[in-house]
Amino acid sequence: MTVFAPGFFASSPVHVALVIGGISAVVCGLVGTFTVLRGQSYAGHALGDLAVTGGSASFLANVSPLWGFAGIGVIAAGIMDMIGIRRPRGRDLATGIVRGAGLGLAALFLYWDTTSSSTTGVSITILFGSMFTTSTSVVPVVLAFGLPAVAIVAILFRPLLLSSVSPELAAVRGVRVRLTGLACLLAIALAVSLSAITVGAILSTALLIGPAAIALRVTNTPGRAMVTAALVGLGATWIGIVLAYDSFYWPPSHDGWPVSFFIVALIFFSFLVSQLFGRRPGRVIRAEG
Amino acid sequence: MTPAVTADETRQVLDVDGVSVRLAGRPILDEVRFAIEPGEFVGLIGANGAGKTTLLRVILGLQAATAGSVRIGGKPAAHARGLVGYVPQKIQLDPDMPVRARDLVALGLDGNKLGIPLPSRGKRKLVDEMLAAVDALRFADERVGNLSGGEQQRVMIAHALISKPRLLLLDEPLANLDIRSAQEIIELLSKRFAKQQQVSVLISAHEMNPLLPVLDRIVYLAAGRAATGTTEEVIREDVLSSLYGHHVDVLNMHGRILVVAHTDEGFQVLAGDDRAAEPGHPDHSRTGMQA
Ligand SMILES: Nc1ncnc2c1ncn2[C@@H]1O[C@H](COP(=O)(O)OP(=O)(O)O)[C@@H](O)[C@H]1O
Ligand SMILES: [Mg+2]
Repeated sequence: MTVFAPGFFASSPVHVALVIGGISAVVCGLVGTFTVLRGQSYAGHALGDLAVTGGSASFLANVSPLWGFAGIGVIAAGIMDMIGIRRPRGRDLATGIVRGAGLGLAALFLYWDTTSSSTTGVSITILFGSMFTTSTSVVPVVLAFGLPAVAIVAILFRPLLLSSVSPELAAVRGVRVRLTGLACLLAIALAVSLSAITVGAILSTALLIGPAAIALRVTNTPGRAMVTAALVGLGATWIGIVLAYDSFYWPPSHDGWPVSFFIVALIFFSFLVSQLFGRRPGRVIRAEG
Repeated sequence: MTPAVTADETRQVLDVDGVSVRLAGRPILDEVRFAIEPGEFVGLIGANGAGKTTLLRVILGLQAATAGSVRIGGKPAAHARGLVGYVPQKIQLDPDMPVRARDLVALGLDGNKLGIPLPSRGKRKLVDEMLAAVDALRFADERVGNLSGGEQQRVMIAHALISKPRLLLLDEPLANLDIRSAQEIIELLSKRFAKQQQVSVLISAHEMNPLLPVLDRIVYLAAGRAATGTTEEVIREDVLSSLYGHHVDVLNMHGRILVVAHTDEGFQVLAGDDRAAEPGHPDHSRTGMQA
């Protein structure tokens, strides 16, 4: 058995998948580190659920689901900030309300999609990703969403870090805490939209949160955590693409296994390994009280 | 009741002038007035709920005053951001957060700056010097979330002081510290920073006894109002009775000062005991004592 099945490097869908998946994984790693660091994983989950709404709406509008994923994410981020994502209780309410309304719409849109469209598999595309069926023309859009997301966390690196330690400390240093938080939420929304096109809407948080959680386990500084998360995500995505291509020859049917399964499984096992064997930085029992 | 400010106004690092605050329609602070000079070590003393945090937040510009004004180094508080360092009340530092002690101290220097920080020798030297000044060098490379309470306070103080402010505000930094760690922090603040480096320190506490030996002055908050002066001038039955609006006794129990009110149920310790309660806040514990 060969690692790279025949035709892997010649296949155009594989090229597109490697590029889109690679960019998405890197963006998710960089943004995901701050998502976990700031305790905003719940927002990532909600945005992932809402991506289903956006994706199903974009099929009705006959545009790439990426537009729907990102569009709904940005709107939802704004609403969540407005309802009051900064207070813990407000945050639960905000997430719950926005998520509930969004999933209701998703049910309606998916129903229309499946009744009006002759192509089957619309829901599969939205829910489990569409890397192999995405056209080359989407690559610039992926870059157009990914670059601002990375720019936000790079430019706001220190203010974001300080306000995750303590919003009050940040405010005292002159950081505009609310604006910084909203920008971070937008970066998360954009990263989730890329994740949704790679591994699918319902699995999108796996690529956002998983590599970041692994990185935060095994590194000691925020900068190293970001780089590690990006590399872990990239590795899982590219290996997942190779395995998905190979799986075309695997049982039960010769259709191949979904790539999102491989990516998420790889991330999950890496996470388990990091939990079991990762060093726990600085966890020293100190004599002094 | 508040002794008139006699010091040269231009020397004042902090001037709190008739500050009143209402929150949710309830008066919290009522015409609070005091000033702090360079190198003074001042205690902001009051029971839980007395308004200490609120007052510190007003000084920092995080909370708007309903009336009155705050001047820092002669400037309105809004224009004096760089002059004030702040150590907030109990921050939860997550052990999973990959932020080392030295990272947090560096954020005190440039936490508001944009862009990815580039490593610089000059900055590293500044951070190391600051960590050394609070005796925190030996855990400089550990995650802040893994440090003990006393170690975390040292790092927070280094974070607050690395930008060389003239005024340091600390909100209950001794709460939850064991006696020895608390003494070390008090010593560090009063000797090294207040006396040697002339940083003015305003430290809040609901338990005043560990601080009394080293405080230059006290700002005692009760019933929304403040009494200011030296310990001898403020911790007196006439001054505190007038502040509370009813009679209180000041007891010296083997060197430990207790402020006690007489109630129908016995005695209530208002200050000097770790569980001291603010009158009108029945949710706080009461200590009944036999006469
Ligand atoms: N945002 C707020 N809205 C309404 N009341 C508040 C708010 N913050 C604090 N308070 C009230 O103000 C009083 C003083 O609080 P605080 O300044 O935190 O006291 P301390 O720090 O001395 O314990 C308390 O009675 C508290 O309940
Ligand atoms: Mg307080």
